Amino acid sequence: MTDLTTRIGPLELANPIVTAAGCGGTGRELARFFELARLGAFTTASVMLQPRAGRPTPRAAETPSGMLTAMGLPGPGIDAFLERDLPWLAEQDVPVIVSVAGNSREEYAEVARRLNAVRTVAAVEVNLAAPNVEDRGRMFGRLPGPAAEVVRAVRTAVRRGVPVLAKLAPDVTDLVNVALACVDAGAEGLSLINTMTGLVIDPTTLRPALAGVSGGLSGPAIRPVALRCVYEVHAALPTVPIIGSGGVASGLDALEFVLAGASAVAVGTALFRDPTAAPRILRELEEALSDRRIGRLADAVGLAHRPPGRVPPQISPRRGAASPGRVSEPEEKLP
Amino acid sequence: MTDTPGRAAGLQTSATVLTVRQVRDYHALTLVAPAVAERFRPGQFVALAVGGADSARLVRRCLPVYEVKPDYGGTVEVVFDHRGSADPGTGWLVSRRARDRIDLIGPLGRPFRLPRDPVRCLLVGGGPGAAALFSLADTLRRRECTVHFLLGGPTAGAVFGAQSAQRIGDSATVVTEDGSLGEAGTVREALPAVIEKTGADVVYACGPTPLLRAVSAVATEFGLPSQVSVEEFLRQTAVCGTGLCMTCVLPMIDDDGVTRMVRACADGPVLRGDRVRWGDLGTIPFDALGAPRALGGAL
Repeated sequence: MTDLTTRIGPLELANPIVTAAGCGGTGRELARFFELARLGAFTTASVMLQPRAGRPTPRAAETPSGMLTAMGLPGPGIDAFLERDLPWLAEQDVPVIVSVAGNSREEYAEVARRLNAVRTVAAVEVNLAAPNVEDRGRMFGRLPGPAAEVVRAVRTAVRRGVPVLAKLAPDVTDLVNVALACVDAGAEGLSLINTMTGLVIDPTTLRPALAGVSGGLSGPAIRPVALRCVYEVHAALPTVPIIGSGGVASGLDALEFVLAGASAVAVGTALFRDPTAAPRILRELEEALSDRRIGRLADAVGLAHRPPGRVPPQISPRRGAASPGRVSEPEEKLP
Repeated sequence: MTDTPGRAAGLQTSATVLTVRQVRDYHALTLVAPAVAERFRPGQFVALAVGGADSARLVRRCLPVYEVKPDYGGTVEVVFDHRGSADPGTGWLVSRRARDRIDLIGPLGRPFRLPRDPVRCLLVGGGPGAAALFSLADTLRRRECTVHFLLGGPTAGAVFGAQSAQRIGDSATVVTEDGSLGEAGTVREALPAVIEKTGADVVYACGPTPLLRAVSAVATEFGLPSQVSVEEFLRQTAVCGTGLCMTCVLPMIDDDGVTRMVRACADGPVLRGDRVRWGDLGTIPFDALGAPRALGGAL
């Protein structure tokens, strides 16, 4: 029996598979397919102070192994969220990570402060990819300074004991620097990565395919980028827990993130194609760990950072995993 | 423990292909999916994953259901347009053969609301979406409603189900823009006369967005309720079909008079025609809940 429990700072999760912000609806839509209690945690869509309609359609375009979306952070606003969505989630017996966003540092802090009214928030994830009005609409997480200011404001606003996580996008010059600034500002964990910016042009209309012109690329297409980000940040900040995300569609994908240094793995775009992806990925991850005779998930976190000789090559190539160094057959026959 | 607890058993299923056939300009795909067939109500749709399990295509194709049958435990037939389409996803569907498997989620969305009394119903359709009207017609007839059809399209080949409509409808009017089938003209032009001739009490419609807009406007002029399925809009904008992704939103006036962005997949695809802000599709109207503030607004 593999021990799948994991920790994000003070928050203990029964398993490492969580939903990515903005990909699980209000939770009710996913609950038609599986019990949310089977998730390590459910992450909400980013909540802002006011109701927000988001971008016009078309909001999405299919791309090779991914999709480009420009949603514009649609949501009901913090009041409707607290009244309608959070109470329902609180009944589902799953830790709830609330993603927050704002047009300004003050708005982030105000949204976070309102969450203190309820005891059902397991963690607050700060979506630093929201556009900063004071920086010509470029994202807060673009530079260490503004990112740290927002994280500090949220950390100050949120009740002690509730961890604050910083969610970062990869479109920055030096992600490690931004991550470091967020941790210095009080973030107990990091969520890596948000979408990366892309563009699709419609050859029929001869115009950008999305109403928002550019959009966020997600799906397996960005997985290597996401892995690189998790790996680099874990190398620089080995004690800071990371929720890894970016195109995770299978248990082996999730394992890659864990080996790169993620303590938990968020499933996002995969839910659109397969709404039962999260419990399937969890089952596959458990099998993958067990195949490799890794009894505790925690033991696998960051394992890829060890020098080649020290990684126990315990897996047969027939079981479908690349193995560093020598490969030997396991002594016992695996089922 | 399975991935689908009892409450959702069968909502997602690996369906077996029975047949793929061409019907005029469209393709019809019949799948064995007993749980879907059993629960289906007219107006609902199914969302198909394309390209197989390891496909790089992540967007589900949301397609209207033509009919469900009890054969083989329960079959579902969907209709779609691949002719001239650049979409390799529908190309993959067209190239399926009997016994292939397709991952299907359904039935999804809100169905057509049905009248309590045996009233006169006018069913208006165009494009592949017209297919969704035939199971509705069956259900209405079982409720002893009178069922009249008005089908239209640019050419004869683009009109789905003209013969079926003539067979099962109390009347069937067909119009084509080039006059190659039925009368020459458009649905919009023919609609007022058909409403008067049939004495329709309610109008149902499914098809291209401009057709739905015209139907909703004319029905409202006649003081008739309209139930329209935004099938084409859903097909063009939706990613998941299950209400998760928020990509298929359109502006609709709610009971409190406030315009909200609603999801075509989960709040529709059947909507009240008089409540949809047809002229504002593809925009966020300035007075919609949560619309961007005027420039310079605080926060």
